[in-house]
Amino acid sequence: MYRETSIVNESTPTPFSGNGESDMIINVGPQHPSTHGVLHLIITLNGETVKKVEPHLGYIHRSIEKMCESLTYRQFIYVTSRMDYLSAHINNHGCALCVEKGMQLEVPPRAQVIRVLMDELTRLASHQLWWGALAMDVGALTPFFLAFREREMINDIMEETCGTRLTMNYMVPGGVMSDIHPDFQKKVHAFIDHFKKKIHEYDELITDNIIFQNRTKGVGYISKEDAISYGMSGPSARGSGVQCDIRKLYPYEVYDKLQFDEIIEAGGDSFSRYMVRIKEMKQSMSVIEQLIDNIPEGDFQAKTKAVLKLPKGEFYSRVETARGELGVYLISEGGTTPYRIKFRSPGYCNLSALDHMARGQKIGDLVAIMGTLDLVIPDIDR
Amino acid sequence: MTREELKIKITDLLPSATFEEGGEWLNVQIDPASWLPFAEQLKKSPDLLFDYLFCVTCIDWKTHLTMVYHLSSTTFRHTIVVKAKLDRNTPEIETVAHLWRTAEFNEREAYEMFGVNFLHHPDLRLLILPEGWEGKNPMRKDFEDPVNMIKL
Amino acid sequence: MQNITDNIHDWLYATFNPTIAMLIEFAIIGALAIGLFAMLGLVLIYMERKVSAVMQLRLGPNRVGPKGIFQTTADTLKLIVKEGMTPNGVDKLLFNLAPFIVMIVAMVVLAPLMFAKGFQIWDINIGVFFITAVSSLSVIGILMAGWASNNKYSLLGAMRSGAQIVSYELSAGLSILAVIVLTGSLKLSEIITSQENGWWIFKGHLPVWIAFIIFIIAVTAETNRAPFDLAEAESELTAGFHTEYSGMKFALFFLAEYVNIFVVCALGATLFLGGWMPLHFGTGTKFNEVMDYIPSSVWFFGKTFFLIFVIMWFRWTFPRLRIDQLLNLEWKYLLPISMINLLLATFIAIMKWHF
Repeated sequence: MYRETSIVNESTPTPFSGNGESDMIINVGPQHPSTHGVLHLIITLNGETVKKVEPHLGYIHRSIEKMCESLTYRQFIYVTSRMDYLSAHINNHGCALCVEKGMQLEVPPRAQVIRVLMDELTRLASHQLWWGALAMDVGALTPFFLAFREREMINDIMEETCGTRLTMNYMVPGGVMSDIHPDFQKKVHAFIDHFKKKIHEYDELITDNIIFQNRTKGVGYISKEDAISYGMSGPSARGSGVQCDIRKLYPYEVYDKLQFDEIIEAGGDSFSRYMVRIKEMKQSMSVIEQLIDNIPEGDFQAKTKAVLKLPKGEFYSRVETARGELGVYLISEGGTTPYRIKFRSPGYCNLSALDHMARGQKIGDLVAIMGTLDLVIPDIDR
Repeated sequence: MTREELKIKITDLLPSATFEEGGEWLNVQIDPASWLPFAEQLKKSPDLLFDYLFCVTCIDWKTHLTMVYHLSSTTFRHTIVVKAKLDRNTPEIETVAHLWRTAEFNEREAYEMFGVNFLHHPDLRLLILPEGWEGKNPMRKDFEDPVNMIKL
Repeated sequence: MQNITDNIHDWLYATFNPTIAMLIEFAIIGALAIGLFAMLGLVLIYMERKVSAVMQLRLGPNRVGPKGIFQTTADTLKLIVKEGMTPNGVDKLLFNLAPFIVMIVAMVVLAPLMFAKGFQIWDINIGVFFITAVSSLSVIGILMAGWASNNKYSLLGAMRSGAQIVSYELSAGLSILAVIVLTGSLKLSEIITSQENGWWIFKGHLPVWIAFIIFIIAVTAETNRAPFDLAEAESELTAGFHTEYSGMKFALFFLAEYVNIFVVCALGATLFLGGWMPLHFGTGTKFNEVMDYIPSSVWFFGKTFFLIFVIMWFRWTFPRLRIDQLLNLEWKYLLPISMINLLLATFIAIMKWHF
């Protein structure tokens, strides 16, 4: 839908004219190579310098929250794969956790371990895609293919066990949908061995590149206080020194028994956010290595009734997706469908800080900042 | 601070607040008129320091609306839930966008989806919905759209 | 090669009167230049695709013809039959003129290049100067395209391009001057002859090495190639100055870009790597005789394509610079270095310290 009139209101001058200053207004998106989806930014420019960034959302808004109100507790989880499609597992996980919290359902240990394994594989795949896309944003086209070389292996593992490659819908209340594929452990080992050999390429190609460092160091700075105030979470906030890893602060499943570090960089600029994700990939690999040979025997799913009913009340579960904290706020009236459900999506809050970070920077920096925020538009729009 | 300590502290700050039992965190029911001074105290009081507003949403209870604020402190790691009951026909509450910057976007979402009017909000415009949707509030329970709505 | 061209020239002048002979020569050269232009476009685009494919763990074009060699031909045909669209609201004259200016500039610059021994369109005595002067005209075409498109992305791209080309022209020119100082001539044939006993890159000492590196950086920027492709900056400005172009008009920009790369690489090969001169070590050795058997055109094209490969290598490896960093690099680093380097080269030329 064409929305020019709502964009240019009285406070914003029309292009090439208006308040007598040399402001130029550019619509970045909804079809633009670097917005990675249908994000629409209205940027006010003074020459090359960004004066204001105003996001306009809704191009992929499917009203998932409203949809969930008429879906049962088993059904609504599938819709959530479509929010942050790069962390589909983790979205499902958050919803499953919320329903389990309401039903006070105990998840079998095997299912817990499988869930965590899948979460970390998803996180790796998501960070790999982010790395490629960020490199593309700053102008290097080759890394994208290197990232996909590894991501493809994860997708194959997912396909074997879950049946799909992107929107897995593998988590169900009480456990996981089906047991892991017999080859699962072998393939994950193969992937880890491969990735360990290749991850140095990531550093050689981009991290240590002087042009990349110049493009990201000191760019898009946000202080710790501002990051908290903007409600940022995930690697983007940890790049500003905020301790906000849900896996550490409010551990779920088996995360409290695992050895891994919460990566925190104090810089607050694009490069810090970049480094957090790069280091997080290594942590995720270590988590997978700890678990892959120690999947306990037993059921992969708790015994549940065919139709789930939650008691009257409010339930809130938080999980750490690849982009940050996903909160699922579920209000039950005692029926088979949620009365109201709210997804606190990480991207929405991270995006709100974009204006703060991008002001005074160049257009090229805006793109780099968006890249390091790792925005996934369906996650923002829901 | 534990739940009980928070309860005592909040009763000190706002004697009119009532508490809801159950739930993972302490639920505080307040009057919308007292929200802004209360929010300021929550954020600035040295032993509370609720600086992380991680979830802002609205619930339509058919008879009234409820604004729900999930607040957490990154220093003390305690969490509370603040709820304010709003009149369904003229829902109005003070904005907290100047205290927690994330509220600006989240309140815009609540404004277009539920029609909650946030007083003194810096930029209360439609964010997600296209123009022409002012006042339609699609997330309310009685919203009907004969053209686009699919009943499941 | 020398014989062929001389024979044709003599035969034409013997058969026809001088005016007609000259016109026929013009026609032949025009046809050759257009043919070369088209061929270079096809070959270089195919090469770029294959190079990028190798670097990106892909196969590249492999369906049309053996190893996909006709892929670019097919694409060109598609672009030719596409509707030459002129969007509403553009400055129609400038919009349609711009791709031709860029293309004509790219073609004119081919004139003084020496493709093989004695095979040159126009051995003008200010050849190097001619190339640097004319090639900078292409910025006018780009600015025209950006302005006439009536698109803010295009305008930004064109302005970036203007700032970039004008800046990098300086250090490109100064690094060329380092060789000119050593040679003492602007004539391309004389520059090549001066490298008979060794290419300048070997016998020029430090100043020529510095000049060569600066030259490669500067011409990469001048031709708007990554990591200096700010004028197009796909992720920032969608396509920069040619956002609004489609069909053959777009193809002309595209071809001109590749021909410009060829021209600057050919110039680099001529100035620093000896043009069509074979690789010689010492005098009269067996090795030199073997090298002499390789045709001069192979030497020229081999060197040029090696430089083109280097520039493509840059493109598929490096991230893009930011506009202020780009200008800082030129004005704060490259320009002072190349000025000092020019003094150094002059000093060496005066002292006759080069081989």
